[in-house]
Amino acid sequence: MRPADYRTPTIGIDSAEHVAKLMRLWQGAPGLKGFFSTVDHKEIGKRYIVTAFVFLALGGIEALIMRLQLAGPNLSLLTPEQYNELFSTHGMTMIFLYASPILSGFSNYLWPLLLGSRDMAFPRLNALGYWIYVASGIFLYAGFLTGNGPNDGWFNYVPYASRDYNPGLNEDFYSLGMVFLGISTTVGAANFIVTAFRTRAPGMSINRLPIMVWGTLTASAANLIVVPAVSLAFLMLWMDRQFGTHFFDPSGGGQPLLWQHLFWIFGHPWVYAIVLPAMGMVSDGLPVFCRRPLVGYSFVALSTVATMILGFGVWVHHMFATGLPGMGLSFFSGASIVITVPSAVAVFAWLATIWLGRPVITTAFLFFSSMILLFVIGGVSGFMTASVPVDWQLTDTYFVVAHLHYVLIGINLFPVVGAGYFWFPKMSGRMLDERLGRWNFWTMFLGFNLAFLPMHLTGLFGMPRRVYTYAEGMGWDTLNLITSIGSFVFAIGVLLFFINVAKSWKGGAIAGANPWDAPTLEWSVSSPPPPYNFAIIPTVASRHPLWEQRLDEGGAVSSLDRGMLLDSGKETIGTSALDAEPDMVLEMPGDSLAPLLLALGISILFVGLLLKIWPVTVLGGAVAALALLSWLWPRRELREREPARA
Amino acid sequence: MPEAALAEPRDLPVGPIGRHGIGWWGVGTLVASEAALFAYLLFAYFYTGAAAQPGWLLEPNPSLKLALPNTILLLASSGAAWFGERGVLRYRRSQALLGFGSAFVMGTVFVIVQWYEWHTKAFGLGTSSYASLYFVTTGFHIAHVIVGIAVLAAIFIWTAIDYFSPQRRLTVSAGVLYWHFVDIVWLFVFATYYLTPHLGFGK
Repeated sequence: MRPADYRTPTIGIDSAEHVAKLMRLWQGAPGLKGFFSTVDHKEIGKRYIVTAFVFLALGGIEALIMRLQLAGPNLSLLTPEQYNELFSTHGMTMIFLYASPILSGFSNYLWPLLLGSRDMAFPRLNALGYWIYVASGIFLYAGFLTGNGPNDGWFNYVPYASRDYNPGLNEDFYSLGMVFLGISTTVGAANFIVTAFRTRAPGMSINRLPIMVWGTLTASAANLIVVPAVSLAFLMLWMDRQFGTHFFDPSGGGQPLLWQHLFWIFGHPWVYAIVLPAMGMVSDGLPVFCRRPLVGYSFVALSTVATMILGFGVWVHHMFATGLPGMGLSFFSGASIVITVPSAVAVFAWLATIWLGRPVITTAFLFFSSMILLFVIGGVSGFMTASVPVDWQLTDTYFVVAHLHYVLIGINLFPVVGAGYFWFPKMSGRMLDERLGRWNFWTMFLGFNLAFLPMHLTGLFGMPRRVYTYAEGMGWDTLNLITSIGSFVFAIGVLLFFINVAKSWKGGAIAGANPWDAPTLEWSVSSPPPPYNFAIIPTVASRHPLWEQRLDEGGAVSSLDRGMLLDSGKETIGTSALDAEPDMVLEMPGDSLAPLLLALGISILFVGLLLKIWPVTVLGGAVAALALLSWLWPRRELREREPARA
Repeated sequence: MPEAALAEPRDLPVGPIGRHGIGWWGVGTLVASEAALFAYLLFAYFYTGAAAQPGWLLEPNPSLKLALPNTILLLASSGAAWFGERGVLRYRRSQALLGFGSAFVMGTVFVIVQWYEWHTKAFGLGTSSYASLYFVTTGFHIAHVIVGIAVLAAIFIWTAIDYFSPQRRLTVSAGVLYWHFVDIVWLFVFATYYLTPHLGFGK
């Protein structure tokens, strides 16, 4: 019989029978098969987070080795070639394999919980994004471990990266690896966009979204549009190197600066993509510890979007020293200066939230609030280099290194560790140790500033970045030693975080559903949440469904205990893009091996391309095509096709 | 006690009905990202061409003899795919098969003609930056056409085994949307490589 096309969802309350039914529908298979085929956003999110922290540790070890080499003048722990590979691999690791995936991890884990949904819009695509991320990370590190890591800096300018000057496989690993990783970023971005617009709890209109959702949504929209620029640039570079094309080669009429344009058209929006979601974590987490809603919600949401829009028009500020015409420089300088306005909006909103709230000093609060300070320091040094003459003086010095570390560690890692303290109880059901947390915070905070605050001076005193050693008596010796000491202190701080997580995963205090007395939907379900997240679909009436009683803003209240049951299949609710009116019942796919198989096929394809063994490439392509076909084959249970007619 | 704002929807579509489904949004994001990719390819052409020395264009007046009919053929295939989709909407399976089948054939002919045109060129991939841009941009497009005809083939087979109805046909509409995209993006590639030299760009 043909199932009905339309149905009125049953409204009801939670019951043991209902939960048992949902459990049967949503629980993944046990064992190895379940591990490889799961599409549960919580599993995938946790994997993203763990993997990204592994890369953080690797990138950190690379940094420490470099800091040993630079601790004093004329040291020879590393050869120049080793140093080149280390600083390039460090940059690649931190920027591409840690900073973005860690945010994808938190967003993957949290989004459906924040949005009152049972999974991401495309669960299988979510799994694919993770597998591709791991596979491309292994691919890139296979290069590094075989002595073929990137060696021209993370932004990899030609002609250094051209074959004439760099004949090894280093740049081929990097180029192909980046194209490979781009697939993961792109499918992830698409998934976030559709999830944000189409799978929210009824009533969660666009002006009730948590700011973190705004942040990741904005970053995803940018990634969707700009990742192709860098994938294309790396593909062109690989072709220049391997097939004799002349995209970047002036002897054949190519343009070396085209590389820089394509790279930074991607690169600068990317910088915002790896901080906006983290700023969102602060915007959502900080108010919980200030015991009041965020001040200026609408302004913060809009400034998030404005930052990104302006962020598309500032890429040339990475290229001020390349001899471009003055008119162009003025435009990009102006745009780069204007971008401080939306950033300042967020800063003042956070400050006002603390000022008007009753702060509870927890470790998470310390991380979130210290981020404001680090953001201001990194923002001001960025504002300085937005000015063309200042940039000409400072570009390629340690001043820029100090700036970018304030931005990336300050606005990415500090909020992320804060988010760890804040949401770990939700993920594990256990609290992180607060006492160890204080040690963790102060070691990281003092170590970080000890390492990077003096580095501004190192840069102002003229030390160029990317040199493997330096001569005595340039005025850099003491500063470098301080930075090296600070970096080790900072590393110990990060290690304390890992220790805290390891210790608390099984042994921490039991958290309960809402240990922080926080206002948003993820805290209305048990810790850790059940596979289906919400037994009934909540209806949301405000930005802070769990604080409505005490805030008493009048009007209707959110309905968390009564709502659509949606238990006649693996289902969740689809809602309209702006107002979040229920508009369809979504049939969700079950566990599937297709994403893993597709990632495997693509991996084989890239290995074939790297080694230029075409049969391997074709084999990989064929595996990928088969996986796609089985994935996209219209399925009856997803209502993608009609049942067979008799 | 304030009232609970409980959403109590009436009849809702279960799964995708018509184009109404999240798969449609998914293909939309794919198209947006792919459109950006082509925009960067064309940016590379204009950026390189704008700063190039005279003589950069290896064919100062590109011949339209093959490219123009081929362009018209590709546009016609979009019409055929649309015609096929209409067939699904009206329970006319033979019309649907005719539409998808002829779009598939026209797409295949387009690839063959492009392939042939590549071989008539006096220059190769490594001749100059112009040549590299030409082959890689049109190559990217051919790759997309090949994916598109594979999609058309799948839709053809699924229609033949009676999978779809006017209600359950998001796969069809999404595939046809992708095909329209592949055709429209060709107009930009065509205008850039075949028409702008006639207007004086790059000379």
